[in-house]
Amino acid sequence: MCVTCGCGGGDASIDGHDLRYAPRQRKDAAAPKAGTFRPMGGHSHAPLDANHAPEMTAERVLRIEQDILSGNDAQAAANRAQFAARGLFVLNFVSSPGSGKTTLLVDTIQRWAARTPLAVIEGDQQTANDAERIRATGAPAVQINTGKGCHLDAHMVAQAAEQLATQAQMPQNGLLLIENVGNLVCPAAFDLGEAHKVVILSVTEGEDKPLKYPDMFRAADLLLISKIDLLPHLDFDVAAAIRYARQVRPDLPVIQLSSKTGAGCAAWQAWLESGVQRASSGMLP
Amino acid sequence: MHELTLAERALGIVEKTAREAGAQRVTRIRLSIGALAHVDPDTMQYCCEVVSRDSLAEGAQIEVTRAPGLAWCSTCQAEVALAQVGEPCPACGGYQLKITDGDQMQVVDISIE
Repeated sequence: MCVTCGCGGGDASIDGHDLRYAPRQRKDAAAPKAGTFRPMGGHSHAPLDANHAPEMTAERVLRIEQDILSGNDAQAAANRAQFAARGLFVLNFVSSPGSGKTTLLVDTIQRWAARTPLAVIEGDQQTANDAERIRATGAPAVQINTGKGCHLDAHMVAQAAEQLATQAQMPQNGLLLIENVGNLVCPAAFDLGEAHKVVILSVTEGEDKPLKYPDMFRAADLLLISKIDLLPHLDFDVAAAIRYARQVRPDLPVIQLSSKTGAGCAAWQAWLESGVQRASSGMLP
Repeated sequence: MHELTLAERALGIVEKTAREAGAQRVTRIRLSIGALAHVDPDTMQYCCEVVSRDSLAEGAQIEVTRAPGLAWCSTCQAEVALAQVGEPCPACGGYQLKITDGDQMQVVDISIE
């Protein structure tokens, strides 16, 4: 497990069922058959490789030059192609825990009012609470539990999408909303195949979060500043938050909204609508 | 951060390449982590050591080289050095920057026996 944030694979699940990953081969399974490469017959590698005659230690350098995330990126590209074929506008919602992602999604779904089909993929370390909140709106939802993992990856999303398709709930010419694990660090590095990452910053947080967690704000294509109905009670400086966000991501579009009062929600719905139109006419990049 | 997951992915690439080449043992792994990448190089090195236990790369020497960060400043119309995401252009002090290099996380090469 990661010493810093607790991430690490191994026990992720989708709607309670184990996630499929190719098991990593261990040394025992991977070793070539006896005699194919061993200079001195079977032996264990002593600390100084004492059994090796020096001229038999054929060390070679293999150039790889491969991105560490190339496996994830390849799956993300496959997801993106699949989403494009369905005319789907896919968003990856990222934020700290407690910014109100699920509340915002529930409100967004209600305001969308079945204008087009939509579905939700929920990511959390544990529980199916969020998927249940989404399903209560009538929208289909699949819950990914990452276990100890601190982010979603493209393989998890591919399997969640497959699950939606199996249940005949994968939308066509509509919206697929992915709620990532609440974490402003790790999800920044993982492409899921989405059209855009949407970062949510609620006004109960610090306005300097974009400077504290620059990677996430740099990876986003839209900033939603949420819970603005609370602004009169807080010292949150909206202009500073936007300025900081644009320091790490120049020209980042911003929508300020409150799902409580509905302020800004029309602008947010219009943004979604224009994305759906582009996706369903095959005009997404 | 997510260094352990990244280390597992890096080891996956290393083991696959080593196995295909018929290696018995990986003695050295070289990684390139850009200054603007989302990882801490020291943690990454430690995590690579942890995940390589019981693998072909057990005990391999792990080297992490840091590529410098570069960005295109659209105000200066020039490529400038950038030490950290969120810092201003060193020439004009503005933030109209687009990262052009230094955000990579790569397995460069491995030495095998």
